Amino acid sequence: MNTSGTAARRPSQLFRNLNAKVASIPMILTALMVFLGGTVWTIVYSFTNSKLLPRLKFVGLDQYERLWSAPRWWTSIENLVVYGVLSLIFSLVIGFVLAALLDQKIRFEGVFRTIFLYPFALSFVVTGLTWQWILNPDFGVQHLVRAIGWESFTFNPLYDQDIVIYGILIAGLWQGTGLVMCLMLAGLRGIDEDIWKAARVDGIPMWKTYLFIVIPMMRPVFITTLVIIASGIVRLYDLVVAQTSGGPGGASEVPAKYVYDYMFLAQNLGQGFAASTMMLLSVAIIVVPWAYLEFGGGKRG
Amino acid sequence: MQSVSIRDLTLKFGALEVLKSLSLDIEDGEFLVLLGPSGCGKSTLLNCIAGLLDISDGQIFIKGRNVTWEEPKDRGIGMVFQSYALYPQMTVKGNLSFGLKTAKVPKDEIDRKVARAAEVLQIEALLDRKPSQLSGGQRQRVAIGRALVRDVDVFLFDEPLSNLDAKLRSELRVEIKRLHHRLKNTMIYVTHDQIEALTLADRIAIMRNGIIQQLASPNEIYNRPVNLYVAGFMGSPGMNFMEGTLTGGGPDGGPQLRFGSTSIPLDRYPFAADARPEKVIFGIRPEHVSCGPAAADEPFSADVEIEVVEPMGADTLVWAILDGKEFRFRVDGHSDLDEGDHVRIGFDPARASIFDAGTELRL
Amino acid sequence: MADVQTLNTVAVGTDPVTDRISGPRGAKPRPKLSRRNIFIYGTLIVVAAYYLVPLYVMVVTSLKGMPEIRLGNIFAPPVDITFEPWVKAWATACTGLNCDGLSRGFWNSVQITVPSVIFSIAVASVNGYALSNWRFKGADTFFTILIVGAFIPYQVMIYPIVILLREIGLYGTLWGLVIVHSIFGMPILTLLFRNYFSSVPEELFKAARVDGAGFWRIYFVIMLPMALPIFVVAIIIQITGVWNDFLFGVIYTKPDTYPMTVQLNNIVNSVQGVKEYNVNMAATILTGLVPLFVYFVSGKLFVRGIAAGAVKG
Repeated sequence: MNTSGTAARRPSQLFRNLNAKVASIPMILTALMVFLGGTVWTIVYSFTNSKLLPRLKFVGLDQYERLWSAPRWWTSIENLVVYGVLSLIFSLVIGFVLAALLDQKIRFEGVFRTIFLYPFALSFVVTGLTWQWILNPDFGVQHLVRAIGWESFTFNPLYDQDIVIYGILIAGLWQGTGLVMCLMLAGLRGIDEDIWKAARVDGIPMWKTYLFIVIPMMRPVFITTLVIIASGIVRLYDLVVAQTSGGPGGASEVPAKYVYDYMFLAQNLGQGFAASTMMLLSVAIIVVPWAYLEFGGGKRG
Repeated sequence: MQSVSIRDLTLKFGALEVLKSLSLDIEDGEFLVLLGPSGCGKSTLLNCIAGLLDISDGQIFIKGRNVTWEEPKDRGIGMVFQSYALYPQMTVKGNLSFGLKTAKVPKDEIDRKVARAAEVLQIEALLDRKPSQLSGGQRQRVAIGRALVRDVDVFLFDEPLSNLDAKLRSELRVEIKRLHHRLKNTMIYVTHDQIEALTLADRIAIMRNGIIQQLASPNEIYNRPVNLYVAGFMGSPGMNFMEGTLTGGGPDGGPQLRFGSTSIPLDRYPFAADARPEKVIFGIRPEHVSCGPAAADEPFSADVEIEVVEPMGADTLVWAILDGKEFRFRVDGHSDLDEGDHVRIGFDPARASIFDAGTELRL
Repeated sequence: MADVQTLNTVAVGTDPVTDRISGPRGAKPRPKLSRRNIFIYGTLIVVAAYYLVPLYVMVVTSLKGMPEIRLGNIFAPPVDITFEPWVKAWATACTGLNCDGLSRGFWNSVQITVPSVIFSIAVASVNGYALSNWRFKGADTFFTILIVGAFIPYQVMIYPIVILLREIGLYGTLWGLVIVHSIFGMPILTLLFRNYFSSVPEELFKAARVDGAGFWRIYFVIMLPMALPIFVVAIIIQITGVWNDFLFGVIYTKPDTYPMTVQLNNIVNSVQGVKEYNVNMAATILTGLVPLFVYFVSGKLFVRGIAAGAVKG
């Protein structure tokens, strides 16, 4: 060959894309130190008897045994399950129905959408305080119905241990259903319009088209929405603190509050770590199968 | 002197070898076209030359300088992309001068170079417009101008005309050819369009699965394909292929090809290889077949039955049956052939291509 | 690591939501006042009322005097409109020993939100840009950890962060909280920007490199001006997210530096003194005003933002 140059050695890979690597340092630190490191740290310390300060004195599963024998933790779990299951069902059903109604070429669609979604812009604290006021037995809904003439009417969720979680559910649905509606509407709009034409030509009634054709086609949207709602449910905290402060008599406790109270109020860090590790576990039970189905088994795309 | 020289270039994405120990020399001022189906590695090769992809092994030289690990800007290349890749928020002038500004060229020199490029490409009137206000053809001119202002040694074109409609495409094709005549730069041009390749190239490199199949002049590639793949890829409609056996005992004792009850004398065929395998594939282009009275004068002729006639304006494509096999040939535009007719066709086997059925290489 | 690519499917794409929302579909419209239309509009109006009633009750309550609240019902419009509760909520309501109203929390929240928004978006946009255009070995691994991290309950990470902030001396300060918001905003914002920059034609980036531009020049001169809409979406996500935060505010700040939400909760849920419901409602509205303002001004971009921000929970 008459090319005079000699072979060039491959330069060190460490300094290639150096700027990109430097710029990614905050992300790398966050990923490794906070997300990975922090999680491992908490899990490790959940096996210690740390009280006011974290100490590496391992006590095996003691914290977990105490956690699962604490009535307050059981209440928290029960509340979370009731709240979680009901809010999943209701927000999916209401959200989908609202989206389907808005998708009927109606007038004022934008107005309705704006109304349904505005609570989502508000914080859980604002939501909780607002509904605390509306459900106030002396001035709110119960008072109003009695004033109309139904003297025996009783709807007092915030002061009734048995139904307090439903009071929180009402507020939670008010705040979050708009989001589900929005996601569902996007899903509906993503469906090929020819499907509707084909269903009409075949004479399939609308409800059947939704049930047997459209909803199965929206599977990815439903799964995404499910994961989003579910990971939000596990974090349920602000709403409870604002609306009931966990009351009455601890009847509306939730796991996130349990963690906070033990870490920062009861000065029993080990117990807080154990509870938060259980929260992590429950999220993993939801997210891992989903992630496996979505990204794992069989490479798609 | 070679302008671009590639030595044993290998590129792997994980376990997948996209380019396989590929070597290529491009002469100064040459117009080289990399041609192949999508996924053959032609664009990847261009990106490697540009320095936009880190290669796994091998060396790249431009103007005798080893640029294997240099930044794209230091390689003396300019690149034109399929999607034009104009910076949307900048004016045409901004697009043309961005590279020069980045290189901190003095302002009056930038203005001079931009003005010259605009004049060459006849886009002076568009300098203050945004790309969104330009037509596809104008955008591609600006994209070419962006390479032009930087006084590069080598122009790289990555399917530059694929996003244009047919008419504009042929117009810009001629313009690119004119530009090459005027600038006399080395140009490497990637396309999947045979017409672009045949019309523009000094040499064509046909690629498949990361390997160059044949590197030769358009004429050579079209008439003397080195293997079955190249023969089948070039030409539309494609070559007629007939599987047969190679035997002796032709009219002058020479070799002949037999398939079915037909035998084609091959004494005029210019064998390039010494091998004489028994199983071969015989290929003849539809446009090398004559029909009617002229057929009788050809060294080989036979009767065929016509199945379908496709008038295409300038000429007519005829689908016929030759000895039970499908056989296409081209006649002129105003032919009065009809479906079901029996006609005589003929061709000169010297214009055919014969391939070893096993190795698929030209004999 | 093709897995990360498929994360696009998490409905966090850059525009599908808004684009799809623009045109109605479904069955063909029928004549007005058909039974079908009555059903549809009837349902929508009833549901809309359910959504609007709390806002109405808040406003009405905040404009009444306490005597009127004790007598009437919460849905009755105010007879005697007074702005006294608003003034009190803003300027003199008490939390603990402080009696300077919500204004303190408001300014704290402003001081937290502004740098949090700027800082987190600056970091995340560069991350997203590096991830989509300058992929280096291992980058996708860090990104995967980041995205998985978005699903980890905050409770798991709050204490280690307390220790980290204490080590660098920022625990209990506004800047500490800014860092926390930047950390927890990073997954979703990085995903948002990564998806956006991945949707920019790669050839544009290649052209800029051939033109000799490097990492920062391409970012500032080519990418940033193109990405302005996505920056607006990110700003919306962050303003509402940071402003509405309660948990981090409680944990990482002290009473002096409490953000507005925490202060609001302390005012309303304090056990001392007589409950002043009108002041409470005025305070609640005041706290909700900033995100509501963002919501009504941003319109469709908000919708686009929540589709992305939803992952944050």
